[in-house]
Amino acid sequence: MNVRLYLLQRLTAAIMVPLVLAHLAVIYYATRGGLTAAEILARTRGSIGWGAFYGLFVLAAAIHGAIGVRTIASEWAGLRGGKLDLLMWGFGLTLATLGLRAVAAVLLP
Amino acid sequence: MKSHTTAHRKSGLWIAAMVHRLSGLALACFLPLHFLALGLAINGEAPLDRFLEWTANPLVKLAETILVFLLTVHLLGGVRVLLIETLPWREGHKQLATAAVAAAALAAIAFLVRAA
Repeated sequence: MNVRLYLLQRLTAAIMVPLVLAHLAVIYYATRGGLTAAEILARTRGSIGWGAFYGLFVLAAAIHGAIGVRTIASEWAGLRGGKLDLLMWGFGLTLATLGLRAVAAVLLP
Repeated sequence: MKSHTTAHRKSGLWIAAMVHRLSGLALACFLPLHFLALGLAINGEAPLDRFLEWTANPLVKLAETILVFLLTVHLLGGVRVLLIETLPWREGHKQLATAAVAAAALAAIAFLVRAA
């Protein structure tokens, strides 16, 4: 792992510490007595705050996860060079795309 | 001559590092599915509601409990890594790692009790 990826991995980890804590709190709050789409969407639809929160969370998780997968593929599967970069970018962009689509799905009316 | 040794695998901190890596890998596998499920709302409430009804299944609740454990243990393990890398070395990391696993287990049990 080069220095830039190492720092990005740590930076996104630090960003996600409060985000994960808040997400866990929402999970505990929201799952009491079961979840419904109406409850979820009533909280998120049209909310700039939740949009910013989950948008940042998705991007940080996509970067963090992609670098983590790259490290594991390198150390455990011996992947190197272009294939390793392709895996990292492919995984990261897939996560970011699916994640931002999910944010849009729960945010937009 | 075989120079490779596996003696370090008995160390609590090696196990902590492995738990951190495996929990991260599991979360990386889960995240695309999580995003796809939430993305069902793009077609309105009904598709998401049908999915949420399926998640009431006890086996899914158990899987969610494991996910809460994985997320919490990865969070606490990550905080430990950040502390190791940014602060002067202190004793007691084995105890911290054990406490992280215990806290994650408690968080998961609390989720199961609340969601059941």
